Parts: sequence; C-alpha cells; structure tokens
Amino acid sequence: MALRTPLYDWHVQYGGRMVEFGGWDMPVQYASIVEEHQAVRQAAGLFDISHMGRLSFSGADSLALIQQVYSNNAAAMKDGQVRYGLICNERGGIRDDVLVYRWPYGWAMVVNASNRDKIVGWLNQHKKDRAVEIADQTMTTCMLAVQGPQALQLCRGLTEADAEQLAYYHATPTRYRGKGCVISRTGYTGEDGIEIMASAVQAMELWEELVRRGAKPCGLGARDTLRLEAAMPLYGHELSEEIDPFQAGLAWAVKMDKGDFIGRDALLRRREDATLPRRVGLELAGRRAAREGSAVLRDGRNIGRVTSGTVTPTVNKAIALAYVEPAFTAAGTVCTVDVRGKIEEAHVAPLPFYRRPKS
Amino acid sequence: MDPKTLRYAKTHEWASLEGDVCTIGLTKFAVDQLTDIIYIDLPDIDDPVAAGDSFGEIESVKAVSDLYSPVEGDITAVNEKLETDPTLISSDPYGKGWLIKVKVEKGATLDHLMTLEQYEKQIASEEH
Repeated sequence: MALRTPLYDWHVQYGGRMVEFGGWDMPVQYASIVEEHQAVRQAAGLFDISHMGRLSFSGADSLALIQQVYSNNAAAMKDGQVRYGLICNERGGIRDDVLVYRWPYGWAMVVNASNRDKIVGWLNQHKKDRAVEIADQTMTTCMLAVQGPQALQLCRGLTEADAEQLAYYHATPTRYRGKGCVISRTGYTGEDGIEIMASAVQAMELWEELVRRGAKPCGLGARDTLRLEAAMPLYGHELSEEIDPFQAGLAWAVKMDKGDFIGRDALLRRREDATLPRRVGLELAGRRAAREGSAVLRDGRNIGRVTSGTVTPTVNKAIALAYVEPAFTAAGTVCTVDVRGKIEEAHVAPLPFYRRPKS
Repeated sequence: MDPKTLRYAKTHEWASLEGDVCTIGLTKFAVDQLTDIIYIDLPDIDDPVAAGDSFGEIESVKAVSDLYSPVEGDITAVNEKLETDPTLISSDPYGKGWLIKVKVEKGATLDHLMTLEQYEKQIASEEH
C-alpha cells in the first residue's frame, strides 16, 4: 500500500487527483495543471513535497561518509549552505540526485522519494563502524515548497527567521509557531521561493496558513511542467543507474579534485568517452508532444531517445529532454521525433527552455 | 446540442443522427477528466470508419487518449477549428467542440448506444 503524507486528507477533500508516485499517494492536480503552472510563474504556488526523503547525519565521521558517496564537495560548504550533487554507483551511474545541507551540528540530505530506501541502504552499507548516526526523518516531518515571484513576500512573518534574508541555496533552522523547522531558498520550478521542512504535526496548519496567505495548491503535474521548462532533470527519466553525470549535463555537480568518492574512477574514464549519448533539449515544430521513449531520428536513423516531454504552458511549445549521439548535440541541429508512429520535425534547443525574468 | 437528445458510447463519445449524417463529439465528463487539452488529432475527410474503431487522438498535458467512432460510415466533415483551438472542446463540448461528422448507411440507427440516463449511470459508477 502506498504511503500518505500528513496532507493526504486535505488533497482528497479539495479535489486532488491522487496517483501513486515513488511509493506515495500524491495529488497530480486539483483542477487544472495549466492553471497551477501559471500560478507559480505569475504569483505563488504551494507544493506538498513531504514524500521526499529527509535524512540527518550526526557524529564525527558524517562529513567523511557524505564525501565518500557524494559527487560534489561537501567539505567546501559553509554552515547554512545547500548544495546539489549526485550519489553514484561504482560504474559512475547515478543512484540519486540529492541536496546536502551543512549545519554547525551535523548534516542533512534530501533524496528522491523513489530512492529513499535505496540510499539509506547505501549509506548504511558504506558507514561500516564509523562514528556517524543516520536518521531517516521522513515519516515524522513534512516538506512544503512555496514557489513564484510572490512567494517570498507571501511568506513574510511566517517563520521567526526572515526567508527574504536567505541567499539562494542557503538554509536556516528557525521556528514556525514555536516549533523547530528549516527554511531554504531552494526549489524545482525555475522561480524564486522557499522549501520548508517542519514537524509532521504542524503540516496541516502550515499548509492551511500558506493557502490563506494566497499560495495556490499545485500538484505533481504542474511540478513536472515547471521543472521541464527549467530543464531540471528528473530521476528515472534523465537520470538513472546507467547514466553518468557528464552525459546528463551535470559536470558542475562533480568535483573530481575533492578526493576519492564512489564512482570517481569510472567517471574519469566516462568523461573521456566521446561515444556516450548526451542530454539535450528538443523543440518540436508541431503541437503534438513527444513523450518518454519516443525515438529521435536523423536521416532515417535512430540517434537517440526522449526522456521527458509535453506541451508546457509558459513556453507554449512541444518541448522535450532527450539523450542523443554526441555528434547531434549542437543547438539548432535538425532532427525528427517519432511520436506514436508519426514523424514530427524538431531541432535541438538551448537549455533552459525558460528563464525567469531578472528582478 | 441538447445532451438529452444524444446517444452515448461507453468510451464517452456522444452521437447525434440527422438523416444519414451522424455528428460525434466527446462528453463533458470525458473532457473534464482530461483537463488541460493541448492537441486533437482528427482524420481526413472520406476516411472510412467502423464502429468501435479509433478515428483520432486527444492529448492533454499528462496523457493521450484515443477517440472511438460509435458508428460505421465515411467521414464527411472534420472540425478544423479544433486544430488551432483545441480548448473549444472544453468550453463547448456539445456545440462548437464537435469532432467529426460521419455519413452512415440509410436506415442506420443509434439504438446500440446508451441514452443519457444509461450514460449517467455508467459515469456515476466509474466515479465511485
């Protein structure tokens, strides 16, 4: 049976269409994916992301363990910083993409819902008898995201600490109605906004307060169209155990100089392998959307495969992310996509498809 | 079109017969289920179609669904307005959002399709 977040009843009561995602019953949409997407781009949207895994690390060997499994350099992080990175297998393939938080008293990591058990197992396997306590706090906490140009303003006075003072990709522990929580200036939409981790017992009151303040509840459908426009990868689509960070366009999250980590040797070889397919953005000429699995063709030959695609509300075109042979990755490269038997014209487009206006 | 005068397929198409021309569309229930429609793929005029055959596709942000003909005949008209504005089907599913017209055999009826009452029973049980 799928897990439920503390907000499950609210989602159902307010018309959320529930589907199973990563082992959890989550709302795909309430009324309209397009309306929810537009609310995030124009005002503020509210997401229940409690399904994501929240892990904490304490003990003298926490940094060493994190550095061993993580592709980015945790040692270079300052307290209060949040950093994106990959956890790789020994072949250099991606086990998960994660956010690491550094605190004066320890570390935290947010992982994908679908990979939570896998990553907890991986960490425990590599911990051995070192001085580190890993706690999975997913079931006793909640996580909400408020995203959009009005998000920060809407959250004024919500927590003791002022979210507007937080720099991008920074976080701070603070209090919501007297109880400890964490706010971070992070998100998965391409808009400004915050993510809040709080005690599960406060989930409903926090959610309802944010709705009263004007944040529009949004489901996973809008979450997907927003992140696609911002060209953010999704595990299980652009990232998998068989794809390495260089193929995925995530070289910036891999610090080969930081010291050894699991997968580093394989990544040294893979980085130099000019035959591996690489992630690109595609823009199709027509209105039919390319979907995951659609073949990308050139001169009648299969040169790649779509990993995510739809027609998105802001860009308002059929866009997709795909892996193609390295010879065809330059922006402007013409190709075709086989969409359910019909061949559609397309070309490689620069990423991201959408960038928020500078304020 | 008045929904009370129409007949319905299990797959949520509605049909209206005038002489030997049958107009076909999608019900409000189906359109509401789909939400966010981005594209409707319709056939060519003169294409033959058999009852139960797919004649096109309707695509929403999340998924693609087939459109099924409730009758047998030849396609005489296709709603070209839907090509440029697929949202017509959401705003007026029984009127401006019609999909295709099919010329059926003389004497053909819609008796094999559900009445509004029967269709409403079906969707009530689908929603549980």
